[in-house]
Amino acid sequence: MYFLKRLMALPPLLLLISLLAFLLVRIAPGGPFDKERKPASPEIERRLLERYHLNEPLWKQYMLYLKGLSRGDFGPSLKQRNHSVNDIIGQALPVSAALGISAFLFALGVGIPLGFYTAVWKGRWFELAGNSMALLFVCVPALVVGPLLVIVFAVQWKLFPVALWGDPLQFILPTVTLGIYFSGKVARLMSEGMVKTMHAPYLVTARAKGLSETRILWKHGFRIAVLPVVSYSGPLLADLLTGSFVVESLFQIPGMGVFVINSALNRDYLLIVGLVLIYAFLLLVLNLLVDVAYTWLDPRVRYKS
Amino acid sequence: MSTPTLSPSQRAWQQFYRNPISITSFWVLVVLIFVVVLHPWISHQSPTALTDAIAQPPSSSHWFGTDLMGRDLLSRLMYGARISMLVGIVGAGVSLLIGVGWGAVAGYAGGRWDEVMMRIVDILYSLPSVIFVIVLITTLEGLFKNWLQQTFSNETAGMARLLFLFAGLGAVSWLTMARIVRGEVLSLSTSNFVDASRAMGASHFHILRTHILPNVAGVVIVYLTLTIPSVILYESFLSYLGLGIQPPQASLGSLMAEGAAQINPIRIYWWMVVFPGMLLVVMLLALNFIGDGLRDALDPHGRHR
Repeated sequence: MYFLKRLMALPPLLLLISLLAFLLVRIAPGGPFDKERKPASPEIERRLLERYHLNEPLWKQYMLYLKGLSRGDFGPSLKQRNHSVNDIIGQALPVSAALGISAFLFALGVGIPLGFYTAVWKGRWFELAGNSMALLFVCVPALVVGPLLVIVFAVQWKLFPVALWGDPLQFILPTVTLGIYFSGKVARLMSEGMVKTMHAPYLVTARAKGLSETRILWKHGFRIAVLPVVSYSGPLLADLLTGSFVVESLFQIPGMGVFVINSALNRDYLLIVGLVLIYAFLLLVLNLLVDVAYTWLDPRVRYKS
Repeated sequence: MSTPTLSPSQRAWQQFYRNPISITSFWVLVVLIFVVVLHPWISHQSPTALTDAIAQPPSSSHWFGTDLMGRDLLSRLMYGARISMLVGIVGAGVSLLIGVGWGAVAGYAGGRWDEVMMRIVDILYSLPSVIFVIVLITTLEGLFKNWLQQTFSNETAGMARLLFLFAGLGAVSWLTMARIVRGEVLSLSTSNFVDASRAMGASHFHILRTHILPNVAGVVIVYLTLTIPSVILYESFLSYLGLGIQPPQASLGSLMAEGAAQINPIRIYWWMVVFPGMLLVVMLLALNFIGDGLRDALDPHGRHR
């Protein structure tokens, strides 16, 4: 019941977000046709505005946009004139999503074991090393890791291709570049959660029952300790799926991250709103899924409707 | 504790001092700040003087080599680090003001106000912050640049970008701070000592100032130290996009971008990537380690407790 209610709240929320995005880009000075061949005659500019209904009052434009949206049409791109927003998203989203999922798996695959064993294996030096490594990962942004990886592995040792997209080998460097920061973040959340749960009374009970330590930690401890990671992975996945400008521009990958930045810079009004909507939709849905996962992982969690 | 008469804050500092990593990071940061700030007086190399020694590798006259315009890279790094630090501190300060104000009011007012204010935070969370920043910075620039140019010299108009960066970065980094403060204030405002103070007729302002905000200070300080590196990181990202610091000014991010643009299979100017990257990572690491140490020392709900 609770989740149904949350699901029902999605459309109005998205509507509100689309309105906000729509207004936000209009408040900003400059327009999509600023960088046209100058001097553009007033006649051309008028025709352009007319063609995209930009001469209408703002509320009417928004209504027109919503009308298109109800048919699943995000409207035309004002900058890439031959493409609709649907085209652009349809081409770029799968690329970004593929890279994003691969980086997500990398982040979890490195972060969870690192965090888990940092907390579980006793010993001051091990803890220190594990924590430092996780923190180091958090402190190496993509714009530092990327160029370094390219110089060492692609240019110097020629193990991987420098850039471009499509071949499985071309996946590896962008995945590491994009994922390493998040793997550190996941490791920190994981070890934090594990340290907290290891001393919880119900684990003491489990120990008193004589269960083996591995079983206690993995079966009883892990599923509670992983909760912070689960709630982080909602926004994380939404972020990763919609692409990263730094990684995409560095490796020449035709993903969404580049469009996010360029649409905002070029005031490509409808493209911005479309991209914001996609991001917000993913974020809201994934957060909902995270909450569903919570009830499943932690028997103490109950949502009241 | 060996001595029984330590105040909570003394105990916290003692714990911070005893943590080898945080205290090392603290001194690393102090030394870094000294070197970076005092560099113009120590060195005779100018960060902006062009020479014929173009793209020279590190040597005895240019320790970190030179860039594409023959400028001494070490001086440029010091100059860039100064800007990055400034942006980090002021940006985090702006986010502190907005975040604490918003969170404290929402948590203290409670009820419907709390509901509305936190819903706004939720919605802002689901807008991609990059778009928000781009629009904000270009809007502010459009509004103020002419005015600045008319009123002051051209040079100050160049500095204006820095001011907009402060405002823009602060304006997107306050959300988490607001959530944390709101949670703390909410639980504090129902505590007995606040009730007692209210029963004695204290004003809202008095309660907030003497009872609530001092109790939130620990968490706020911890989170502030963690916001500085994230603002520095965000600035480096914006500069990487070309939206942040404009040449001939430099920040660590723009230096990194200049270096990354020169990667190609024929020749490697590794020093233009490695040194800015290293300095950025060391700075972020030190700040994050200090933040972690402070959290262990000041925040009783934090980790390892």
